[in-house]
Amino acid sequence: MKRTRLVALALVGVLGPLLVAGPAAAQSPGVTPTEIKIGNTNPYSGPASAYGTIGKVIAAYFKKVNDEGGINGRKIDFVTLDDGYSPPKTVEMVRRLVEQDQVAFVFQTLGTPTNSAIHKYLNQAKVPHLFVATGATKWGDPQHFPWTMGWQPTYQTEGHIYAQYVLKNVPNAKIGILYQNDDYGKDYVKGLKDALGDAAKKLIVLEQSYEVTDPTIDSQIVNLKNSGANVFYNVTIPKFAVQAIKKAHDIGWKPLHLLNNVSASVDVVLKPAGLEASKDLITALYLKDPTDPQWRNDAGMKDWLVFMQKYYPEGNTKDAFNVYGYTVAQGLVHVLKQCGKDLSRENVMRQAANIKDLALPLLLPGIKVNTSPTDFYPIEQEQLAKFDGERWALFGEIYDAGKK
Amino acid sequence: MEIFVQQVVSGLATGGIYGSVALALVMIYQATDVVNFAQGEMAMFSTYLAWSMLNAGVPYWAAFFATLAVAFVGGLAIERVVIRPVENAPVLTIVIVCIGLLVILNSVAGWLYSYIQKPFPSPFPAKPFKIGDIFFGAHDLGALGVTLLVLVVLYVFFRYTTLGLAMRAAAQNPVSSRLCGIRVGWMLALGWGFAALVGAVAGMMIAPIVFLDPNMMSGILIYAFASATLGGFTSPGGAVLGGLIVGVTENLVGTYVRFIGTELKLTVALAMILIVLLVRPSGLFGRVAVHRV
Repeated sequence: MKRTRLVALALVGVLGPLLVAGPAAAQSPGVTPTEIKIGNTNPYSGPASAYGTIGKVIAAYFKKVNDEGGINGRKIDFVTLDDGYSPPKTVEMVRRLVEQDQVAFVFQTLGTPTNSAIHKYLNQAKVPHLFVATGATKWGDPQHFPWTMGWQPTYQTEGHIYAQYVLKNVPNAKIGILYQNDDYGKDYVKGLKDALGDAAKKLIVLEQSYEVTDPTIDSQIVNLKNSGANVFYNVTIPKFAVQAIKKAHDIGWKPLHLLNNVSASVDVVLKPAGLEASKDLITALYLKDPTDPQWRNDAGMKDWLVFMQKYYPEGNTKDAFNVYGYTVAQGLVHVLKQCGKDLSRENVMRQAANIKDLALPLLLPGIKVNTSPTDFYPIEQEQLAKFDGERWALFGEIYDAGKK
Repeated sequence: MEIFVQQVVSGLATGGIYGSVALALVMIYQATDVVNFAQGEMAMFSTYLAWSMLNAGVPYWAAFFATLAVAFVGGLAIERVVIRPVENAPVLTIVIVCIGLLVILNSVAGWLYSYIQKPFPSPFPAKPFKIGDIFFGAHDLGALGVTLLVLVVLYVFFRYTTLGLAMRAAAQNPVSSRLCGIRVGWMLALGWGFAALVGAVAGMMIAPIVFLDPNMMSGILIYAFASATLGGFTSPGGAVLGGLIVGVTENLVGTYVRFIGTELKLTVALAMILIVLLVRPSGLFGRVAVHRV
């Protein structure tokens, strides 16, 4: 008997504080009068580690915000864990963040397969899953997934832009496509085909895919040239984009070359491929490229460089991911400021869905962030640009996928 | 016809890449009886060293040979420090050590040099030349030439020099070799050194084509294994030829066989490994392995 009572007492001892603390914490977990805890996963190791710098630059930006007094008097405690771009690991890490570390919300988790793995869990747990770092289309579905929100323009949107450009400007277009054989590549292809409509079957003469494990894509380029295509829709990551641009040039193929935004960096892709070979490439942009000389005297870019030097000196100032991370961190800071004193999960989500015409320093001039309770795609504008051998020359109007 | 020839030419170019890495794999297998899964990453790392030197203003050939020297010493050191303690352990242990080495080298390269790909210069002219309607990359041809040169040097070395013969003996029959006065331990270390050197040559020839990044070798290594298996792990010439066959086959199959297309190219390479292992485990040109039990 004595023993049972002891156990019961012990149970009360253990559970008591939890029961008392429970309801108070449930109101706004991860938030104290002086701090807000934000969770994140990034691939700091493994095959996708090139993206890891995004997590690091965000942490550096939050450090700057904290040094300047935080947001409404609260400092940001940014907990970022390594998931190695492996979905099962992402699940493990995110559960740890939510259940053990008790973060207020999850922000900028990186990758399409990784975010897919935690999509349902976070929505069931009603934890905001904000500004995910992937261009897939499925993140903007407030009806079914009211706790998840994307950030960047989707790959399909970009596909629409190219399709419209081709339809308007290239009579007798014959389109050859090279794409990565996964969700990212297929989303881009779908966007193009959807916007071409019925003409797609007639206009697309050849589709070639590659696997990330392929050493080269030479064979595909030879086939595309041979197909007689005069438009080349190049949906490749930087490593293969460099090869594709160079190889097409080397074998004397000069189509209208549409290069996806993923690989539009001047220093990372175009310079290694050769500036001459890269001339007349067309892409769609929404961020300022840190290696493009036209932004050298831009105030936003100068601030960014000062920030990089002070808070993330080991980071690469040629890497567009560091511009991306800085900008999305600024977007979140805007949301948190807008939340005022109420940092409950509901209010964070409400404010994230209530961004009006937010201009950020490293978005292209004229491009603004907009969300609403029915619009969970923050950035939906892009502008076409043509490479003149030195820089991306913007042309045409800003395309807005939100206005359709 | 034009497309066929162009695909063959481009297949030979990529096949040359596979062959050069396969050669390094065969080299270490012959010299130490180990299949080195870290071979690709060792080559990648050596190439980064060359890149650092070139960036510091060292002329190409000076950097090239300096890299070979460093790679040789590095390979030697790896054997002494990492492999020697597990020398007599089961094969699986050595495989795991090699894979550990692979991950470590990959991560250290990423940490030191970042994951952004870098252009790597070629010693050959940049401009491709044209015969009829077919384009030949000058670097592709040059790299293939270098691979063949390495092959000849290896052949002569293993066949006609005392050191080469001693190394082969040490790998195949350590006990008898030791009785003949060969320092088996050092022979194995030299084997790693030379394999690292051959790998460094391959890395510096491959980087101008696929561009330099820490994951440069991950895909290539799979194809190199296919090449070495096809040609035979005991035959350097077979490995290079195996590489060319794999390169051309995957291009032609990808182009002409509809249901395979470009999506199943890698599968073709893996299927080749499987078929060879089932039908002729010693490869096309390899010796049948005989072990006394």
